[in-house]
Amino acid sequence: MKEYQTITEISGPLVFAEVDEAIGYDEMVEIEAPDGSTRRGQVLESSEGLVAIQVFEGTSGIDMDSSVRFLGETMKMPVTEDLLGRVLDGSGNPIDGGPDIVPEERRDIVGEAINPYAREYPEEFIQTGVSGIDGMNTLVRGQKLPIFSGSGLPHNDLALQIARQATVPEESEGGDDDDEESEFAVIFGAMGITQEEANEFMADFERTGALERSVVFMNLADDPAVERTVTPRLALTTAEYLAFEHGYHTLVILTDMTNYCEALREIGAAREEVPGRRGYPGYMYTDLAQIYERAGRIKGVEGSITQIPILTMPGDDDTHPIPDLTGYITEGQIVMDRDLNSQGLKPPVNVLPSLSRLMDDGIGEGFTRADHADVSDQMYAAYAEGEDLRDLVNIVGREALSERDNKFLDFADRFEAEFVDQGFQTDRSIDETLDIGWELLSMLPKTELNRVDEELIEEHYVEDVGEEVAAD
Amino acid sequence: MSQATDTDVREDGQIESVSGPVVTATDLGARMNDVVYVGDEGLMGEVIEIEGNLYTIQVYEETSAVAPGEPVENTGEPLSVDLGPGMLDTIYDGVQRPLDVLEEKMNSAFLDRGVDAPGIDLEKTWEFEPTVEEGDEVEPGDVIGVVDETVTIEHKVMVPPDYEGGEVVAIEAGNFTVEEPVAELSSGEEVQMRQEWPVREARPAGDKQTPTTPLVSGQRILDGLFPLAKGGTAAIPGPFGSGKTVTQQSLAKFSDADIVVYIGCGERGNEMTEVIDDFPELPDPQTGNALMARTCLIANTSNMPVAARESCVYTGITIAEFYRDMGYDVALMADSTSRWAEAMREISSRLEEMPGEEGYPAYLAARLSQFYERAGYFETINGMEGSISVIGAVSPPGGDFSEPVTQNTLRIVKTFWALDADLAERRHFPAINWDESYSLYKDQLDPWYRDNVAEDFPEIRQWAVDILDEEGELQEIVQLVGKDALPEDQRLILEVAKYLREAWLQQNAFIEVDQYCPPEKTYRILQAIKHFNDEASEALEAGVPVEEIQNVDAAPKLNRIASTEDDEVPEFVDDLEESLSNQLRELY
Repeated sequence: MKEYQTITEISGPLVFAEVDEAIGYDEMVEIEAPDGSTRRGQVLESSEGLVAIQVFEGTSGIDMDSSVRFLGETMKMPVTEDLLGRVLDGSGNPIDGGPDIVPEERRDIVGEAINPYAREYPEEFIQTGVSGIDGMNTLVRGQKLPIFSGSGLPHNDLALQIARQATVPEESEGGDDDDEESEFAVIFGAMGITQEEANEFMADFERTGALERSVVFMNLADDPAVERTVTPRLALTTAEYLAFEHGYHTLVILTDMTNYCEALREIGAAREEVPGRRGYPGYMYTDLAQIYERAGRIKGVEGSITQIPILTMPGDDDTHPIPDLTGYITEGQIVMDRDLNSQGLKPPVNVLPSLSRLMDDGIGEGFTRADHADVSDQMYAAYAEGEDLRDLVNIVGREALSERDNKFLDFADRFEAEFVDQGFQTDRSIDETLDIGWELLSMLPKTELNRVDEELIEEHYVEDVGEEVAAD
Repeated sequence: MSQATDTDVREDGQIESVSGPVVTATDLGARMNDVVYVGDEGLMGEVIEIEGNLYTIQVYEETSAVAPGEPVENTGEPLSVDLGPGMLDTIYDGVQRPLDVLEEKMNSAFLDRGVDAPGIDLEKTWEFEPTVEEGDEVEPGDVIGVVDETVTIEHKVMVPPDYEGGEVVAIEAGNFTVEEPVAELSSGEEVQMRQEWPVREARPAGDKQTPTTPLVSGQRILDGLFPLAKGGTAAIPGPFGSGKTVTQQSLAKFSDADIVVYIGCGERGNEMTEVIDDFPELPDPQTGNALMARTCLIANTSNMPVAARESCVYTGITIAEFYRDMGYDVALMADSTSRWAEAMREISSRLEEMPGEEGYPAYLAARLSQFYERAGYFETINGMEGSISVIGAVSPPGGDFSEPVTQNTLRIVKTFWALDADLAERRHFPAINWDESYSLYKDQLDPWYRDNVAEDFPEIRQWAVDILDEEGELQEIVQLVGKDALPEDQRLILEVAKYLREAWLQQNAFIEVDQYCPPEKTYRILQAIKHFNDEASEALEAGVPVEEIQNVDAAPKLNRIASTEDDEVPEFVDDLEESLSNQLRELY
């Protein structure tokens, strides 16, 4: 390994150095500053005689005489089953005071694309115990379902609730797989979150004993921004190893993707690249896809990777490039709503803009219940109608509306109060969720339930509720 | 992808620099768009810029660890596809490598690099049946025989368009591989089943004709309001979650094209897997055979290399042109063209080209129009008729249709299906906005509708459009003063429009009977709603209050026609119309 003292330019997180050998693209680099500290970096561009290096730990303290060593390989993550229960920093080094990691394997962190032909289509229902998700935007194993949130909203509480409660209900058929119930692991990748938020997560993990089956990667707000670009890849490489080598069902929580994208923009700007929308690099879509698309299942392999990335929408604007590009890649989104939050709903999930694209294949008979699809469709339509009417009420008042319209208004109110607002500690089974749904739908006359099959109405419609309300 | 078969390998070069998918090399001696193999691992790439002795290459695979100084091998050939029997029922990546073969060769569920595979199986033999005899004169493009490619499709073996043609000297039936000659011509040329064609060049065809037959999609809002012609072009723009992919997939499943080429360009892996899982199971509504038997899938998911995303639409349309040359009606779906445009942008910015609007290269509009111009209803060079209909999904950032890809696409295509987030949010699917969408093919397709569906189809369609328009205007007033403040006749319009929206425009892709709606049923539902409208108007004139009209028992049954089995529809609608008349007339 040759050492160079040939740095020609230092600019933001980038260092340029002259070399006299061939350096591979993406190769790892170590830079030793005069004070003896070493920083790690990665080759961003390699041409004959000159390389551009992106330094993870920041460039301050590096001078023109610092020495540069090329490690001759791309960035690797040491992986082993023993990682479970460990807390690592954003570059994968243990920070919990535990023993060194003895890897079974060292894996390239970029990860290769899963051949679409080898994928298994996700359709195993995950019960999160949250009605707004299970009932209306069902999550399935192998899905990537982000939480679109805003600053100051309780997205972390929701993420923790999901991590705590997520189960796959026993299948009634009782196949052979039941005996060898495969294990569940949570991989937590934090990017640029505050120490306080980190403490909150850690305290909850320890309180519930979840830490034992978790691997935690922590890049905090005061850690180098550039490091954030590798943290999710380390987390996903670990998840892939656990899922596809050891058969774990992994849930990967990445928070906050907005910080990740800011780091991408910072590097792009330092390299003087032509910027795309709002200064984010033009390749951000591809870059994000390389993270999100690592969720999934593979045919003939037991494990799975389910991703819940969290992002805070700048200005609560879902057309901002970060949520926008994310939404085009992920299979839906769970949207947190500031108004609902100030009304005190827990979790403040707004089901209208939320969506789960894989829902239709993971629900219904054999997965959840035969009436699931119709119930959720009808509740969507009814809640949307009630929401519309609220605008009108503000202008003309409730008295001016017909009896029918008033029923929809009541429905919308009770939907929020009883269906959505369940608290962060309540764990509802899918049956409970759907039964609450029927109770609410029964406020409306049967003829208005045009999205529900007639037989299902006969089976589930709660007769007296409608009259009760009418009598009010 | 086509293998460079001949040994005409020209000068080899050396890598000068590497930056993501863009590699530069020196001393290559290549032409523009030649395919090269980069580095020790032989990663496939294409020359996209030449400046002096410096050649810029876009690489179709991941380039990490590739270093300057490594060799670059030139094949001396442009990026081409293998054309021949075996393309249907196959799933390719963006450079026509079959994904099942790759899985086997790489022995892994993940896509490794540096592995190549021919686009069609070179070993497999096909039973060739000649359709010409020795002594016949044949010209380029002429069909000389057929093979059964799948249960549905008879593959026609043609004289390649760049041949001279002449008298058939030798031809016989038998089993051949795609590379064995099946016929010999007096010009000395040998015809084999396999042809090679550079993807960026349109295959030659005769004149383009005005399309007069619709591509029947089985989607009520499309067939009923905004039809697409066979040989036409359509764009589906919409924000995420508005149902672009579901619409594209419905078209791929149910449209009455002979051949479907489905390009998943930079989209989700799980979505492609769904197509791969579903299509072999689903029956083709025209023939009852498996859908895959008429389908060729191209899957280049968003995390697969960006350069291959740029080329996948060309791979797809070249395959489509080959089947058009056989006289088939081909429908090509590209989901999504925005990802293709973004791939162009990404490569362009790595080349440090001067950016145009929003960072897209200045040639964006030209590339888009070149692509869509390859669609059309053609007379082929052998005198048959064939068509390519192109349906491109567009994913505008933030759902804003004023962005460059949507705008440049709209300038070219003649059918516009605007997806709407509001409709999607209230689960009105397909979430196609009837105010913004249009089809410029309506007039030229009207004769077909009159002959094949109903004589008064254009008129009743116009009636529906008028009602929906009026509803749009009335809704604005309702937002201010409430429904009850409107006069009776206007409230009736709202009621009728509600049925148009719920019973006719909405269609549930997840209910089997409703996935595909034949044009006759589309017409019958519309007729039933019009019947309700006419009877109700009469009742209203006779002084019946609109509240009572709304409450007749039979009216909500209009919503159930869609979920009635196709063969029971006529009876169901007749009964319904009768009870509507009876119940409404009872009121006065």
